[in-house]
Amino acid sequence: MSTLIEVEHLSRYFGKLIAVDNINFTVKKGEVLGFLGINGAGKTTTMQMLSGCLAPSLGSIKINGVDILREPLLAKRSIGYLPDTPPLYKDLSVREFLFYCGQLHAIPKSDINLALDKVLIRCGLTSVTNRLIAHLSKGFQQRIGIAQAIIHNPDVIILDEPTVGLDPLQIIEIRELIRELRQDHAVILSTHILTEVHETCTHLQIINQGKLIAKERVDSITQSMNESSLIIKTVFPIDAEPILSIEGVCNLEVLSNNRFKINFKPTQDPTQEISKTIIIKGWGLIEMSPSNQNIEALFIGLTKANNQ
Amino acid sequence: MMIFTIAIQEFKSHFKTPLAWVLFAVLQIILSYLYLTQVETFDLMQANLVGIDGAPGLTDIVVTPLFSNAAIILLLVTPLLTMRVISEERRNKTLPLLLAAPLSDTDIILGKYLGTLALLWLIVILIALMPLSLLIGGDLDMGKYLANVLAITLLVGAFTSTGLFMSTLVDHPTVAAIGTFGILLILWLFNISKTMSDQPNELLEYLSLLNHFQNIQTGLLSTNDILYFILFVAFFIVSSIYCLANYRSQK
Repeated sequence: MSTLIEVEHLSRYFGKLIAVDNINFTVKKGEVLGFLGINGAGKTTTMQMLSGCLAPSLGSIKINGVDILREPLLAKRSIGYLPDTPPLYKDLSVREFLFYCGQLHAIPKSDINLALDKVLIRCGLTSVTNRLIAHLSKGFQQRIGIAQAIIHNPDVIILDEPTVGLDPLQIIEIRELIRELRQDHAVILSTHILTEVHETCTHLQIINQGKLIAKERVDSITQSMNESSLIIKTVFPIDAEPILSIEGVCNLEVLSNNRFKINFKPTQDPTQEISKTIIIKGWGLIEMSPSNQNIEALFIGLTKANNQ
Repeated sequence: MMIFTIAIQEFKSHFKTPLAWVLFAVLQIILSYLYLTQVETFDLMQANLVGIDGAPGLTDIVVTPLFSNAAIILLLVTPLLTMRVISEERRNKTLPLLLAAPLSDTDIILGKYLGTLALLWLIVILIALMPLSLLIGGDLDMGKYLANVLAITLLVGAFTSTGLFMSTLVDHPTVAAIGTFGILLILWLFNISKTMSDQPNELLEYLSLLNHFQNIQTGLLSTNDILYFILFVAFFIVSSIYCLANYRSQK
C-alpha cells in the first residue's frame, strides 16, 4: 500500500512554547490514524501544519510524495481539511457554499455538480441543500464541514475533532462515513473521545506535550489488553488465595462489592481454570468478561507516566 | 482563474449583507443632491459667465466638483466596505478554507482585492452616469469628463488596496476600518502643507493622494500621476500578500 502522509522531524514553536516537538509518522492508504491527546497537547497544531495552514518551524511533511513546503499548491490538491471550527460562510446556502469549495479545489466545471450531488448524499445533507448555513443546527454545520473536506475526493483527509457537537445518532453516521472513506483514502482524525478511536481507527497515536508517546495498531491493543484482564462478578464474596494460586494470574483487584478484576499474563490464559475454581467453591458466578477499558487504560497510563 | 473565482465570490458576498445596499442608496441620495445643487449654481452663474473670455464651462462647474465630493465621500465609505475582507474571515475562522485549498497567497489577496474593487467601481459607474444627464440640454467637455472618471477610478483602487492591507493586518474589522480611514486621511491631508507654509515639503506633496487626484481631474494626464497610483496600489497589495504569508508562519 502506498504511503500518503510522511512526517519527519516535525516541530513547531510559538515563541518559547514548544507546541510540537520532533514528531515522525507515516499514514498509508486505507489507514485511519486516530490522534489522541489531552487539550493543548499539540493535536490541532499538527493538523494545521499537515493541511498547510501553518508553517512548521522544523521538519518536513510529504503528502502523496510531494513536499508541502516546496510545492504547496500541488500537495494541497490531495488534502481535504476540516479544522476544529468548521470554516463556513454562513450567509450562503449549503449548495452555494459547497459549489464554491469545489471551485476552490479546482474541480473541473463540468464535474462540480456531480461531485456536489455525491457529497450531499454521502454527508446526509440532501434535505437542507437550499437552506442558509446560518439557519442550520450545529450537527448539520459539522457535516457541511466534513462535506467541504471530501468534495474533491482527496487522497488525504484531515479531520480535527469531527464528531464534536453531534448527537449520538449523528456520531454513529459520521463514524460509518469515516469507515467508508477509509477504503480509498488515508484519514487522520484527532479526538479526545477514546471510544471513537476504538470504533473508527486502524491506528492510534498519542501525543502529549508536543511529543509522540505511542503509536499502535488499534486491533493489536484491543487484543493484547483484552486478553490480559477479566472482570468477574459473583453472588458471594470470594477468597483471593485460591485464585492467585492459579498459574498465570498476576493479581486481583476489588472493584466493588463482589466485582473483581483479574490481571494475568497474555501468554497463559487462565480463564478456564478461574471459572472452574469459582464454581467448585460455590461462589455463584454471575458475570465473566474480558475487560474493555483498554485504550483508556493505555492513554491514561501513558500520559500520566509521561507527565511525571 | 482562481483569482476570479475568489473575486466573484467576494463581490457576491457584499450583497449578502444589507451594508452594500444601504451604502448604494445613501451615496446616491447624497451625491445626487450635491449634483443638483451644482447644476443650480451653474444656472445662476450662467448669465454672468457669458461675457467673460475663457470662463469655466458646464463641465468645470458641475462635473469636477461632483467628482471631488464623491472622492471625499468614498474616503469615508471605502474603509467600511474593506474592513471585513480578511479580518472577518480570521475572526470567524473561515480563513483555513482558503489557506488549505490549492491557492497561493497572491491568488487570495488579488481575488479579494478585485472582488471588492468591482463593488466600488460599480459605485463609480453610478456616479459617472449622473453628469451624462446634462447631455440632454447642454454640451459636456467629454475629455475632462473622462479624466474625472479615470481619476476617481484610480483613487478607489488606491483606497481599496489600503483597506485590504489593514484588514489583513488586524483581527478586528472596526480597527481595520479606523486604521484605513486614518492612513487615507493623512495621505489626503499632506496636501495642506502646500497652502499652510511658504516652503512646501516636496516629499509630502508627492505623497498626497489629493494632489495627484486633482492633477488628473484637470485633464492633464501625466505618467507621473498614473504611476503614483500604480505604485500606491502595488505597495499595499504586496504588503498584504506578505502579511498573509506571515500569518501562516506566526511566531
